[in-house]
Amino acid sequence: MVPLNWYIMLSAVMFSIGVFGFLARRNLIVMFISLELMLNSVNISLIAFSHYLQSMNGQILVFFVIVVAAAEAAIGLAILIAYYKNNPTIKVDEINLLKG
Amino acid sequence: MSLQQMFFMYFAIAMTGLSLLIVTRKNPVHSVLMMLLLFVHIAGLYLFLNAEFMAAIQIIVYAGAIMVLFLFVIMLLNLRSEETVAKYQKQWPVSVGIGVVLAASLVIILSKITVIPQLGEYSIEAIQAEGSLMTVGKVLYTQYLLPFEIASIILLVAIIGAVVLAKKRIQ
Repeated sequence: MVPLNWYIMLSAVMFSIGVFGFLARRNLIVMFISLELMLNSVNISLIAFSHYLQSMNGQILVFFVIVVAAAEAAIGLAILIAYYKNNPTIKVDEINLLKG
Repeated sequence: MSLQQMFFMYFAIAMTGLSLLIVTRKNPVHSVLMMLLLFVHIAGLYLFLNAEFMAAIQIIVYAGAIMVLFLFVIMLLNLRSEETVAKYQKQWPVSVGIGVVLAASLVIILSKITVIPQLGEYSIEAIQAEGSLMTVGKVLYTQYLLPFEIASIILLVAIIGAVVLAKKRIQ
């Protein structure tokens, strides 16, 4: 039997890697991917708790996290395309105009 | 170390390595393809944890929809010129420090906790008797009906927002 702690520690390590990617990268798309990585690591811990506590609430919460992640990705990428039409760059340290 | 633990160790090492590859690749297409592989691993982990419906959703929605959206956007924006410049921001050592400190503190704390479970009613036998999908559906459509409806509104807002933001302006 795999202890619950192992799942939670794996989730914590993946979350930290996602935080690093979000803070360090210049490419806006890779930052979005890091965000998805963080959401997925939280999902792993929720499913693990759901299994070990024999409760269904964790799985339902993962369902809603996936819904919000899909909406966030669609809106974020649409904003990215709308910005790229005006200023053709996706480097976050060069994006400094809201209307250009 | 039992067989289950060896399987888990494979998944843990592969997922950590894939996560590191995702955040360090220069070409975003490579990042997305690594992410697809990571999603398959996560779905395998969900199968270990007796959540078959969530494993299917993980593959269909994340790998099938969200990552394809990312691929479309990367190929829509012509990013050849971006590949020659530095991929990290100036303050990247600080980010490494934050990530390492966060991971170390979380792992140290989490290795010390013990969970004393107040077990619920959904044991493995109870789920297997009814089927994973049936169990999730029953909870979703009774106890969580209002959040489920709100989720549909969130998706509607996302559809309308994406269309409005990305369309060409009409003169």
